[in-house]
Amino acid sequence: MKNEGETTEQPDNTAFTQQRLPAWQPILSAGIVIPGFLLIGLAFIGIGVGLFLTSQTITVLEMDYTGVEKDKPCFGCTIPNIQNCTCEVQFSLSTLFKGPVFFYYGLSNYFQNFRKYGVSKDYYQLTGDTQYFTNPQDSCSPFAYDSKKNPIVPCGAIANSMFNDTFELYQLINGTKKQVPLDGKGISWWTDYNIKYRNPSPVNGSFANAFSGTRNPINWPKPVYELDLTDQNNNGFLNQDFLVWMRRAALPDFRKLYRRITQGDYAEGLPAGNYSLTVHYNYPVLTFDGRKKVVFSNVSWMGGKNDFLGIAYLVVGSLCVVMSVVMLIVYAKFKFSDDDDV
Amino acid sequence: MGSLLSACGINVKKKKVEEERHLRANDREFNLSFKYANNAIKTSKYNVFTFLPLNLFEQFQRLANAYFVFLLILQLIPQISSLSWFTTVVPLLLVLSITLAKDLSDDITRHKNDNHVNNRKVEVLIDGELKSEKWMNVQVGDIVKLENNEFVTADLLLLSSSEPLNLIYIETAELDGETNLKVKQALTITGDLGNDIQRLAAFSGEVRCEPPNNRLDKFTGTLTVGGETLSLDNDRILLRGCTLRNTEWCFGLVVFGGPDTKLMQNSGKSIFKRTSIDHLMNVLVIFIFGFLAFMCTILSIGNAIWEYQEGNSFIAFLPRADGANASLSAFLTFWSYVIILNTVVPISLYVSVEILRLGNSYFIDWDRKMYHVKSDTPAQARTTTLNEELGQIKYIFSDKTGTLTQNIMTFNRCSINGKSYGEVVDFAGQRVEVTEKTEKVDFSWNSLADPKFYFHDHKLVEAVKLGSPEVQSFFRLLALCHTVMPEEKTEGELFYQAQSPDEGALVTAARNFGFVFRSRTPETISVVEMGVPTTYKLLAVLDFNNVRKRMSVIVRNPEGKLTLYCKGADTIIFERLHPSSTKLMEVTTEHLNEYAGEGLRTLALAYKDLDEDKFEEWRERHHEASTALDDREAKLDAIYEEIEKDLLLLGASAVEDKLQDGVPQTIEQLAKADIKIWVLTGDKQETAENIGYSCNMLREEMKEIFIVAANTAEEVREELVNARKKMSPESGDEPPIQKSRLLGKKSQVLEDEKVDGEYGLVINGHSLAFALQKDMQLELLRTACMCQAVICCRVTPLQKAQVVELVKKNKKAVTLAIGDGANDVSMIKTAHIGVGISGQEGMQAVLSSDFSFAQFRYLQRLLLVHGRWSYLRMCKFLRYFFYKNFTFTFVHFWYGFFCGFSAQTVYDEWFITIYNLMYTALPVIGLSLFDQDVNDRWSFQYPQLYAPGQLNQYFSKMAFARILLHSCYSSLILFFVPWAAMCDTVRDDGKDIADYQSFALLAQTCLLIAVSVQLGLDTYYWTAVNQFFLWGSLSVYFAVTFTMYSNGMYLIFTSSFPFIGTARNSLNQPNVWLTILLTTILCSLPVVAKRFLFIQLKPTINDKVRHKVRQAKAVPLPPPRKFPRRRISTRRSGYAFSHARGYGDLVTSGRFLRIPVKTRPTLFPHSETPVADSTPQTYRTIFEEAQSP
Repeated sequence: MKNEGETTEQPDNTAFTQQRLPAWQPILSAGIVIPGFLLIGLAFIGIGVGLFLTSQTITVLEMDYTGVEKDKPCFGCTIPNIQNCTCEVQFSLSTLFKGPVFFYYGLSNYFQNFRKYGVSKDYYQLTGDTQYFTNPQDSCSPFAYDSKKNPIVPCGAIANSMFNDTFELYQLINGTKKQVPLDGKGISWWTDYNIKYRNPSPVNGSFANAFSGTRNPINWPKPVYELDLTDQNNNGFLNQDFLVWMRRAALPDFRKLYRRITQGDYAEGLPAGNYSLTVHYNYPVLTFDGRKKVVFSNVSWMGGKNDFLGIAYLVVGSLCVVMSVVMLIVYAKFKFSDDDDV
Repeated sequence: MGSLLSACGINVKKKKVEEERHLRANDREFNLSFKYANNAIKTSKYNVFTFLPLNLFEQFQRLANAYFVFLLILQLIPQISSLSWFTTVVPLLLVLSITLAKDLSDDITRHKNDNHVNNRKVEVLIDGELKSEKWMNVQVGDIVKLENNEFVTADLLLLSSSEPLNLIYIETAELDGETNLKVKQALTITGDLGNDIQRLAAFSGEVRCEPPNNRLDKFTGTLTVGGETLSLDNDRILLRGCTLRNTEWCFGLVVFGGPDTKLMQNSGKSIFKRTSIDHLMNVLVIFIFGFLAFMCTILSIGNAIWEYQEGNSFIAFLPRADGANASLSAFLTFWSYVIILNTVVPISLYVSVEILRLGNSYFIDWDRKMYHVKSDTPAQARTTTLNEELGQIKYIFSDKTGTLTQNIMTFNRCSINGKSYGEVVDFAGQRVEVTEKTEKVDFSWNSLADPKFYFHDHKLVEAVKLGSPEVQSFFRLLALCHTVMPEEKTEGELFYQAQSPDEGALVTAARNFGFVFRSRTPETISVVEMGVPTTYKLLAVLDFNNVRKRMSVIVRNPEGKLTLYCKGADTIIFERLHPSSTKLMEVTTEHLNEYAGEGLRTLALAYKDLDEDKFEEWRERHHEASTALDDREAKLDAIYEEIEKDLLLLGASAVEDKLQDGVPQTIEQLAKADIKIWVLTGDKQETAENIGYSCNMLREEMKEIFIVAANTAEEVREELVNARKKMSPESGDEPPIQKSRLLGKKSQVLEDEKVDGEYGLVINGHSLAFALQKDMQLELLRTACMCQAVICCRVTPLQKAQVVELVKKNKKAVTLAIGDGANDVSMIKTAHIGVGISGQEGMQAVLSSDFSFAQFRYLQRLLLVHGRWSYLRMCKFLRYFFYKNFTFTFVHFWYGFFCGFSAQTVYDEWFITIYNLMYTALPVIGLSLFDQDVNDRWSFQYPQLYAPGQLNQYFSKMAFARILLHSCYSSLILFFVPWAAMCDTVRDDGKDIADYQSFALLAQTCLLIAVSVQLGLDTYYWTAVNQFFLWGSLSVYFAVTFTMYSNGMYLIFTSSFPFIGTARNSLNQPNVWLTILLTTILCSLPVVAKRFLFIQLKPTINDKVRHKVRQAKAVPLPPPRKFPRRRISTRRSGYAFSHARGYGDLVTSGRFLRIPVKTRPTLFPHSETPVADSTPQTYRTIFEEAQSP
């Protein structure tokens, strides 16, 4: 029998248990929504204008050099199995191409984001762990071993398919070719160069010995430790071009930084004039209907040229303003009267 | 398999089904040969070794977990695996371990309980002496000795007891929750053994009986003692779980032990109720699986085309395994995409839904406004999986007694010798409303008075004290003519065990007015009359039954005078009055009408002095009749009729069947919320109608109240059709049925019909029986559903369930049944939601209910506040959950078109793994635990807010389709805006940013922020917790991202965290943030605009009230409306006596009624339906005897 007045089972009287927690209860009232839309709209238009104008200041020069059509200079190099083909692409600038100019190569219809392609590498190998040199991970398959069961370093499809066209840029001044110095340093991410990729320590003083017992990727003419014999800091896995390639693209049309033009007479940019681009044409893309191009571009605070953001901001901003007007009209005309019996 | 399982501790099905139980007392060897279970019980499921394997085995049988495993297997196939194994394993492990922990703690509790019970001690007769033994060591065939207040050890055959006539009293609280006492009686042949240990030890009776089963009300068997075979029935059996009361000791023979006992056989089987949202979810999940297959098919077709057109040439860069071709690749891609897009199937949803429901159940448990101080009973959500259904109730089926009324009868008025007492009048003779403050009559002159008894009219006490003979006879009658059992624990402290509360109230009244019923034996009744102990000889009890509607006793007072005292229905008594009482009868009738008009339950009282010779003669004939073999009932009735005539009227009593507090208000509120209330009661039509008026269900302003009380099927149909035509003249003969076919299940739904004005319907039990027949069911339903209030009277428990079933089956509506007693169990179990009223006498209803609380009025809070909030929260949760997962997944779909359909994920695998577990889990749980559109006071103010739930407006197939479209839109934004913004762009230092990892980071950040903003838009009620969860989750996202992409993580776990540096390199770019801002705005502003415009153009009730709340912030709410208590003007007969035949036979069984105690009327006379079969039957006597249809 329970004693009267005893309340042992009584629940606690707290704001939490009684669901009385203090709370902010915003509602979509006209006073907030309409001015809100207007303000957002105006702000977006402002940002949009800024972005659009900035984007307009960026110069981009894009040249497809695949050589699909017969009259293109590189058409001759598209014949299968041709070795050491070189072609020249001419172009002229009517005004100064303001520097610093970035020199990109671009590939289209190239699926670096293909799943099986993307996983085809061995992170341990690329951190210079020699244990994985002789035993590459399965993820590299079928580019882990060659037909003679020699382990491949660096293994995997990404490394194997490394872009190997090279370019030289000349300015044509009065019929003579003046080479434009291209700077290949620091074109990869700092983290890639300093953390993510590491070369193995030299064995017996020789860097190449560290790779003994392995072979170069099948498509490569030379082993990874000979990628840049002139500069040990740019050699092996730390080769800038290699690093840039290994950072695979998100979309099938992409461009990758090849060089920067920052030195000598060209520090201010490429002056007006005629130029000749010598292409050492090695990389086959026509089999899968790919395209290759070179892109010269400068940058702004918002990065490379991209009109989309600016236009999108302008459009969204305008829509917001229009919406705020529509909502104002609707509100004025239809708002439910307060003394409506609920 | 079997041996393996049994080795693991599971009882595989018994090899041989027991057909008959055969046992011999005191012969363990003989009994052991049958291998009957001993008295140890085991409710736990696992032991130390079997826990892990068994539990995991069980868990993997669940669809969700099996699906996880299926995905895991897919992921382990290298050709298919598009995601690392950990994306599946981490969530799976989390879900498994949570369940594991819960099951473990449950099982530990069960182990503890088992141990506690198994180690209880009892005295067992072993080798001729009584030894204290643990319960678990008791064997079938043992004789055990029980003492007062001890639990019954096992199912026992009662052998002997300390009480006369070998009676014992038991309480069945643990078995069926009821606290009133029941009586059992031993066979005389065993009863004679007494407590003689020698004789008991020598006792070697053999019992043959039914095999173990779960019928609590039935037992058949025989006992063979010394060549004599006696039949055994339920009255000889003590069931485990009962408690011995008021009995010094008793001996019993163990018939069923441990798992074979009826208690254990009854446990563990419960009906699993699912909510309508659960059902909808099941349909949706099937649809989603189809949708998943559809998406994967499209993507794999795309893959085939891609392989055919491009892939073959791409071979230069990615040679594939030998024999690979486009169709194989497409096949593998299909499964790869099944892995990637698996997040559309809401597997983690089930876990979250359970958490939410549990949380919302706790809120019900914790609610102080549903806590009843007087009985110290909080509300309890006994089923934690039905909360949101509380917000969708359309029909409430309520019991009357104990639910609407308190089941407390108070002796309120009486009319003695033409004088009415009990009304309080002031000096001016004006009637005064009785309140708490009204001065109470002082009963301190009577040391035996019940302190809880109140009476306000002093005149009556004075009349008693003055010794008015009529008044004294009146109370003497009340003290003598009844079947109440007294219990006097300590001197002067009396408790009455009454068959019905009416009777208890009357005896208590007599007690307080100086005629104290003190004790009874089969032959005598001891009464203290105005302080003088007096003993009456009890010569006969002419017990109550439904036809007789009266009961009488014949007593001889100490002076030797024979008197018959009779009480019963006024109409019955008045027919049997002596002509001299005619005048008094007229006055009394007037009083009776007055009482009935106030909703009181009345009885007329009369007496008659008997002539010695005539009585002797009558007694002989009575004896003859009572031993007659055929037609005994009718013969007895005729004999009774003979003597109950020429009675002299004493007066009438009026007992108030008190309404619970706040019942009329609650009913009015619920009616405003468009909930229809049907009262299903066992009471008489008049009583039910009275209560219907007094609790505001039936209202004077109703256009008409139809009363269906016909005797043939045709008449019932006619009355129903007439009523319908009156309400809606244009309603056709064909019921408006909406047929639908879903997943092969045909369903018929009866649509609502329009009616203007409010109507009520009262239908009596007889008509209901006809109306519930197959061909008339729909007619009944159509008519009843058009009425605002429906009252069914004289309904049997089975019919209650049938009515609920009828509505449940044919209406697309959620039903709720509320009741307090065992007769409501079937309806509580049948309805979508069962509510039990706790803290009253019986617990049976509570035990089978889903929610319980102490007072009917809490129902409005349960529905209008908790139910509404739960529904709102659940729907918001589901909508948001689907939205966030669909959006998440569809982005993968779009990306498929840009990655050669190669099943490349857009996001980092770690993000995929913990998106649902961490980044978005807490905010949505916060939303769905705390959100409220308006607070509870406003919910009461506008009960109309309840309507959206009834109409399923917040989550339906339509809503789901809208979510799908919304997700589609958001995912398009979330993919194509980053796509366009990143296409061909670079960092501000010219380096790469359109790489896969940066894109992944951008896409996932956009997604997370966009869904978080969406959550913000969905949140109505921003508590600190919500803010903390939302901002916390976003901060956690950035913290975790920066950590996972840090140098350290890469150096330690090189291949697991390849995204090193991505966060640093891309999140410092302004165009990345501008893209995030753009996607967020594009995802959220259209939603805001749409909602705003809808609020203006088509405001919902919800919008309106929220608007009002905002305006009323400064202005306080109007005070709650007062509901005037109605006085019923129309005169109605108020006779009602909630009584069935009771102990009458028993109390006199030692005398001349030599017939064995009859079994009580069973609750379910017709047990053809499964409901009746599966419902354990109980001892609780229902108030009106079940009528056969």
